Amino acid sequence: MKKWQCIVCGFIYDEAEGWPDDGIAAGTPWQDVPADWMCPDCGVGKEDFEMIEIG
Amino acid sequence: MSDNAPLVIVGTGLAGYNLAKEVRKLDSERELLLITADDGRFYSKPLLSTGFAKAKEADELAMQDAATMAEQLNAEVLFHTQVTGIDVQRRMLQLGGTEQAYSELVLAVGAEPRRLPWADDLGDRLLSINDLLDYGRFRTALKGKRKVVIIGAGLIGCEFANDLLAGGLEVTVVASDPYLMPQLIPEPVAAAVQTQLEALGAVFHLGCAIESLEAAQEGVSLRLDDGSLVIADQALSAIGLAPRLSLAEQAGLQVGRGIVVDRGLATSQPHIYALGDCAEVQGLNLMYVMPLMTSARALAKTLCGTANELSYPAMPVMVKTPACPLVVAPPLTAESGHWSTTGEGSDLQALFHDDQGRLHGFALTGSKVAEKLKLTRELPGWLLATPS
Repeated sequence: MKKWQCIVCGFIYDEAEGWPDDGIAAGTPWQDVPADWMCPDCGVGKEDFEMIEIG
Repeated sequence: MSDNAPLVIVGTGLAGYNLAKEVRKLDSERELLLITADDGRFYSKPLLSTGFAKAKEADELAMQDAATMAEQLNAEVLFHTQVTGIDVQRRMLQLGGTEQAYSELVLAVGAEPRRLPWADDLGDRLLSINDLLDYGRFRTALKGKRKVVIIGAGLIGCEFANDLLAGGLEVTVVASDPYLMPQLIPEPVAAAVQTQLEALGAVFHLGCAIESLEAAQEGVSLRLDDGSLVIADQALSAIGLAPRLSLAEQAGLQVGRGIVVDRGLATSQPHIYALGDCAEVQGLNLMYVMPLMTSARALAKTLCGTANELSYPAMPVMVKTPACPLVVAPPLTAESGHWSTTGEGSDLQALFHDDQGRLHGFALTGSKVAEKLKLTRELPGWLLATPS
């Protein structure tokens, strides 16, 4: 399981935890997060995701 | 005539660079020039108040340098360059001795930390952090030191208090505010945050005015009006930000708290726009990332030929105090009303209702942060789309 960080706002998406608020189950790998999902803190879209792998 | 001149963005913070990225998604060709007084490195500003916990040097927080950004954006980036004036009639920028034409101009110049009256005398002993260069300067000043006094108990003061404590430093917070973040949250919620920061070792002197702030040995000494004396190795000023207005004022643009723009982010002068911390949209001057990103997307469309109006949903702010996780939706849409707080310990839910009982804002801590999404759906938007 990896973590991904939004480079705009610092939000961390942890694959182990998913993002249940938006219906993304725990354990969802980054590539399976829906293409139209947006960073919950800054609204950056996934398509140009500006997210970096941090671990 | 300047229609063949580049689109010029002044400022390369989150507002300037994200606007440039959004423009490039819509138009890969248009000539684009960014001008910045600093070094033009791209970084995430919110991460500045998380850097000590992670022991990050300024260079490690920088993601791309100006040359890399220029290449990625297919743009020119002029760094270490001060814009000294705008000739609105001729659509020209003055850059010290030279001039630069623009077809359209975007001011993304940000905000300036308010300065304490002692700042000039104390030099590096009293710093503020509002950009990556400031962050680097503060880290350098702090080398080998342990005790930090933070002046100001707003959002930034609290975030840095938490981050410096997590980074192993001793922190004292001095503020005239009666409790933490009084402009954002009600007193019981502030008390929960304060309790958790105290558990990490923070010492608070709230409701105090500073009578004197002087250099003492290697650090500073503060005398407060309640008679207490605070000694520290380093001081950090976090008493708020003021939009940078001088360039706009000098060019005759209408300013209020920020540079006044309409729902299209246009200023009072043709061909000049503003966004981010320096801009005021219908009375709102919101210095947060999400409004900034929303503005960047809307303005990029306008600049690329699709005029559109900015609208803001309610956008809760995550306050980076991991000792006591906190999310706040300030009640911007209510003239008056009251907070009511429920919960226990550091798991609190505070709701702001107007006199008719409608929800306008909230503050959630600890486990209650999980209610954010549900409550956000109940809030009115901050800037509603006008009916067509």
